[in-house]
Amino acid sequence: MADPAPLWTALVLPCALALVAWATASVDARSAAPGREVLRLLVQQRRLTRAADLPLVRLGTTLLPVAAVLAAVVLPFGFRPVSDLPDGIVWFNAMEALAWAAVWLTGWGPNSTLSLIGGYRFLAQGLAYELPHMLAITTAALGAESLRVGAVVDAQSGLWFAVWMPVAFGIYLLSALAMAFWGPFGQPVGTDVAGGAAAELSGVDRLVFLGGRWLLLVVAAAFAVPLFLGGGQGPLLPGWAWTVLKTAAVLGGLLWVRRRVPTVRTERYVELAWVVLTPLAVAQALVVAVVVLGR
Amino acid sequence: MVFRFDSMARATFSLLTSLLCVGGELIVLGLDYLGVVTVLMMTIEMAVMAVFMIMFMMNPAGLMPMTMMHNRRGAAVICALTFALLVAGILLAPWPRRRGRAPADPTLDLGNALMGPHMLTMTTLGMALFATIVSTVVLATRRGRYDRFGDELRAARPDDPVRGGVGR
Repeated sequence: MADPAPLWTALVLPCALALVAWATASVDARSAAPGREVLRLLVQQRRLTRAADLPLVRLGTTLLPVAAVLAAVVLPFGFRPVSDLPDGIVWFNAMEALAWAAVWLTGWGPNSTLSLIGGYRFLAQGLAYELPHMLAITTAALGAESLRVGAVVDAQSGLWFAVWMPVAFGIYLLSALAMAFWGPFGQPVGTDVAGGAAAELSGVDRLVFLGGRWLLLVVAAAFAVPLFLGGGQGPLLPGWAWTVLKTAAVLGGLLWVRRRVPTVRTERYVELAWVVLTPLAVAQALVVAVVVLGR
Repeated sequence: MVFRFDSMARATFSLLTSLLCVGGELIVLGLDYLGVVTVLMMTIEMAVMAVFMIMFMMNPAGLMPMTMMHNRRGAAVICALTFALLVAGILLAPWPRRRGRAPADPTLDLGNALMGPHMLTMTTLGMALFATIVSTVVLATRRGRYDRFGDELRAARPDDPVRGGVGR
């Protein structure tokens, strides 16, 4: 169903993502005037810490937006992703796993205790969210009997996966927040450790890192649409309009959660993830597997 | 790279880079799924490895630079010889011509070849590995259930230094 998109879409993709991220940040009550903030960071002088491992800092900060854009390659806009890889879902997961390395490197590199703590916090958070997250997206793939994102969208022509896999959908939304260490999962860059992984970043480095986090949030939210909300499917409107509407709805929900829910401590979430969410996700996968076998 | 760098972080992430290249090679060979899974697994694995390596090194936070260099000359000679050997092998070996055509889904064929007749072995092996991991962790941890629930195992709440998230 998904036709190959022309090559220029690969160039448009990062710009489109940045635009959506900027628009989301403008709507978000807590990030006032993102445009001014971007200009401020662009002209700000970069601070250097003593004995910093500069290549690793640069690698970490740039890897975050790069990973987000690479993950977005399999996102269908309407029904056309930039590339409909046969293992699109695994690709998405692999690219967002790069964020682990990115945040840890950013925390490690400046040779500073607070940023190091932030980096380690993200790894702990990653260990907590990744397993239920993987099970949730595997459940969607299982329901479609394919790892191709286009096939997952096609499989939801009758009924959205969010309707009959609500647990997987909920876990996916939780891990989307955790993946972008955002809102209640913002502890890796929390104020209690002076900004954590981003503590020592300034100027362009900070812009690239925090901008990359917004991109990651947008991509994680947008991927919920083809996975669980039927992609571009819907009555009356064309596919791209439905994609935009549904993505905006998911992003709006995540913004609302950020305003409403306080920060969750990592060690609490670890236990919750392993004791409650993982068994729930396995049970959900079992239900879907039985339904698929019985079809 | 371990002999080149004086930082655990750099060594770890160079290793990750080489493993990502292996994933890329698998993709080039047409095994897309295996390649992408390699990238996924190795990234997470090396990130966790970074934690563990630093956790168990003599310099806990790992913030100080530390040298890992030993036997530099020997290492350099071994590396150069291995490289020369591999290159010679690539150039001199009589590579066979391709017979037949690539299957439509190489991952499926590979999985069948590996798992098809040996499913029982693989399942047993998986369970054995998992049991090993669990028992190793149980044996290695300093705090056992008697520390957490008292000598009679009667405590209503475990005595943990950090409270968990499900209200126990």
